[in-house]
Amino acid sequence: MVKNMKIDIETGSVDLAFLNEDAPSCYRKFKKGIWNQEVNVRDFIQKNYMPYTGDQDFLESPTDRTRRLWQQVLTLMQEEQQKGVLDADTDVVSGITTHAPGYVDQDLELIVGLQTDKPLKRALMPFGGVRMAETALKSNGFSFSEATQKAFKALRKTHNEGVFDAYTAEIKKARSSGIITGLPDSYARGRIIGDYRRVPLYGINRLIEDKVEQLESLDVDSINEHVVRLREELSEQIRALHELQEMAASYGYDITNPAETSQEAMQWLYFAYLAAVKEQNGAAMSLGRVSTFLDIYIQRDIDEGRLTEVDAQELIDHLVVKLRMIRFMRPPQYNQLFSGDPTWVTEAIGGMGTDGRTLVTQSSFRFLQTLLNLGPAPEPNLTVLWSNRLPEGFKRFCADASIRTSSIQYENDDVMRPYWGDDYGIACCVSAMRIGKQMQFFGARANLAKTLLYAINGGRDEISGEQVAPMIQPIADEVLSYDEVMKRFDLMMDWLANVYMNSLNIIHYMHDKYYYEQLEMALHDRDVLRTMASGIAGLSVVADSLSAIKYANVKPVRDERGIVVAFETEGDFPTFGNDDDRVDDIARNLVKVFMNKLAKQPTYRNAVPTQSVLTITSNVVYGKMTGDTPDGRKRGEPFAPGANPMHGRDKNGAGASMMSVSKLPYEYAQDGISYTFSIVPKALGRTTQDRTTNLTGMLDAYFNEGGHHINVNVFDRETLIEAMEHPEKYPQLTIRVSGYAVNFNKLTREQQMDVISRTFHHA
Amino acid sequence: MDNVTGHIHSVESAGTLDGPGVRRVIFLQGCPLACLYCHNPDARTFKCGTQTDAFTELKHIARNANFLKTSGGGVTLSGGEPLSQPNFVKAIFAGCKHMGLHTALDTSGYPGRRADDTLLELTDLVLLDIKQIKPSKYKVLTGVDLQATLDFAQRLADLNKPVWLRYVLVPGYTNQTDDLAELADFIRPMNNIERIDVLPFHNMGCYKWKALGLDYKLEHTPEPDREQIESAKQALSRV
Repeated sequence: MVKNMKIDIETGSVDLAFLNEDAPSCYRKFKKGIWNQEVNVRDFIQKNYMPYTGDQDFLESPTDRTRRLWQQVLTLMQEEQQKGVLDADTDVVSGITTHAPGYVDQDLELIVGLQTDKPLKRALMPFGGVRMAETALKSNGFSFSEATQKAFKALRKTHNEGVFDAYTAEIKKARSSGIITGLPDSYARGRIIGDYRRVPLYGINRLIEDKVEQLESLDVDSINEHVVRLREELSEQIRALHELQEMAASYGYDITNPAETSQEAMQWLYFAYLAAVKEQNGAAMSLGRVSTFLDIYIQRDIDEGRLTEVDAQELIDHLVVKLRMIRFMRPPQYNQLFSGDPTWVTEAIGGMGTDGRTLVTQSSFRFLQTLLNLGPAPEPNLTVLWSNRLPEGFKRFCADASIRTSSIQYENDDVMRPYWGDDYGIACCVSAMRIGKQMQFFGARANLAKTLLYAINGGRDEISGEQVAPMIQPIADEVLSYDEVMKRFDLMMDWLANVYMNSLNIIHYMHDKYYYEQLEMALHDRDVLRTMASGIAGLSVVADSLSAIKYANVKPVRDERGIVVAFETEGDFPTFGNDDDRVDDIARNLVKVFMNKLAKQPTYRNAVPTQSVLTITSNVVYGKMTGDTPDGRKRGEPFAPGANPMHGRDKNGAGASMMSVSKLPYEYAQDGISYTFSIVPKALGRTTQDRTTNLTGMLDAYFNEGGHHINVNVFDRETLIEAMEHPEKYPQLTIRVSGYAVNFNKLTREQQMDVISRTFHHA
Repeated sequence: MDNVTGHIHSVESAGTLDGPGVRRVIFLQGCPLACLYCHNPDARTFKCGTQTDAFTELKHIARNANFLKTSGGGVTLSGGEPLSQPNFVKAIFAGCKHMGLHTALDTSGYPGRRADDTLLELTDLVLLDIKQIKPSKYKVLTGVDLQATLDFAQRLADLNKPVWLRYVLVPGYTNQTDDLAELADFIRPMNNIERIDVLPFHNMGCYKWKALGLDYKLEHTPEPDREQIESAKQALSRV
């Protein structure tokens, strides 16, 4: 009866193939679970993955095939670096199936698929805002096809137009004064992660069936606005899945059924991701958490003798080559906010399971190994989910790769797991979300430093003089009193939270209406948790300013308009970044107070308000738009990025700086707290071994204190200065900025200078 | 425990060069030596720097105790010369031991007699600089006599106190083959030496000398090259 049972009495080895003999071949050897009945990737992973607690010795170098492929791509990238955008579509509005298949070199590529018909050719994506698309083309030396532009303008309203139809005068003023900037009101919001793993695991047919079932579940008696919207969205999702299948077919792949091998699993997963980036040019188009999922397929192939370690690494290298090639067409003003052409193909690696097993697999290593095999690169944005309980071998491998490439960011799994479980990914830089079950409405950030100045100036803008916020009594004192300033600052934050949230509600209503993420949402459950992800910029500027007002004498200097435009500060005051509670408490409290104000606001689709302390590269542009502040920062000078202490004010070394940042409460900043750390190699220890040990120890210590995120840069300032002068010598020099990595050469001069002026921890 | 006043030069909250792991390194003010290559000449004078006391420093350490422990680190007292303020050292180390923190003492060994047995009991690791093994050359380099340092080294060996030996390699001053061999002979019988660090001389402290109006004699001394460093390491390795 039982055909496939083998028991070897001598050795005691048992082959229980019969347990799985009724499984279709795509699921051979997989342990069954809820995932067979429901779309549930986490359950599949938990039932089937094999934790790896060893070291990196098993890893392989790149194959000749990989080297040749990467060399071709690198040559194109260097050309792009010199010339600017290599090619752009000026005619065809991008969609999942709009372009014929494109290849780099069909004989070499193991994973295929490009956003357009040619490598690094950028697609035309005007749904976020047609003017943005037009400027993007123009500023890069291309011209928008007249016919397409005319037809598009005549026939299709964009997200951007929708938003401006609804914006109030107050919002427009707050936006142009720079108290709220970077809002996704003229570009695609991004920060939604499709569960791309579903496509290889289930195949398109099964996913469509599931969505049809969801649609039928909404055949309800009372069709209200909520039901109508969801029904329309589900129908769009189903269409997007059909298109995905069609696109894959154009590359010669039938993805209607589940993947059979690791090559197929990787290819189909990539197709799903590719469809998302053909449909959407969101600011951050993150990948999710795929390495451990793929490891299950790789392990099965290795067990079956289908694949060797060399082959496995080759496949992952090729997948990563493709992810490095993702491009969007961006105008210059966009680059100010998000400098260096980032796409945030964020992949979360490692972490621990809720059952106590590590989620590190050999493929976690293989993904990081791409940094060594192909050289450092900003994308994919490799994000290690750190826990003190991660296997020691993995920790050391990460630290070593960080020291060699400065391309990794770390986030605290022990802090996030209690909130988001063990199958969350990171969207963009620091935004955790359960994959396929949660999304966010990206909300850029509000400028807290400017808000403080508004409090002092009675709601008038310190630069334009315009009454932007409601008029309150300006401060008339000769020396600023902490209590008086705080009273007004509190009122001003109330106003800010309100106008900010109103603008986000409008933006996301319109984005859903005019640029809905069909494919990404098709790879989500029917009902998802939505967060309204707000953010703040200038935290350390405000904390230091309030500290100056509290502990030193700050005299405001008024100009002829009666507006305070400068400050004379006498005496010492504690500054953020020195593990001094007098000021660290001010910072901690600001995060909490502003979050509580945001939480009072009603939100579109009942999204849960959250907050980040993250600036990306907008710390430069925010600084530009903000006058003198009481901490001694001059008008126009950049803020510190994210939650960083202000440059040069953290005087007691990295430990104290980390201690201060780790005090910021994740509870009130669930969208993430970004900290960028730069250290010279020598300051990590005397030998290579010491450096790895010490960086590992530092990460353990920082995260143990409750720190949420850290970018680790290990290089000398001199290297950066040299790279500024001779970019050709450093084609792959990668640095971590704020929640992402960039190729240093792609930053503007201004931003390069900002990076160079930051605190480098020395011995 | 009684509070003790101390004079400190500065604090590094995440030092990785002075003992294992990530450490809080407190640089104490005052040093009786006048090393030609001193990179902290501003930490030489006594009774200057920032006045503090053991309780204040221990409060800082306590806040960071978890951080330091988690990283496998601890607290290092360096300088200047920490043994110029032995009671301050004792108070800090006693506090550290109470918190379960690893303690390291970074010393030239010259004032080794000021470290009583209690102080050494509170010390987990000594980072010992033997700057030269030839008395005359030592005197030129540091301005003081060598013997006290050798006595201290021997005492540490007798106590079996863990030591990381540190040797600053200065071309023309400390890189002669026979000097290195003699030092190697001296330390060969000592089983307490866990590690030998050859530290290449660098000129980065030069600006401090100039700022202090001092005459910096090594301005034109080259930094040792990789080969010199390697051969010094070879010479000192005791296998």
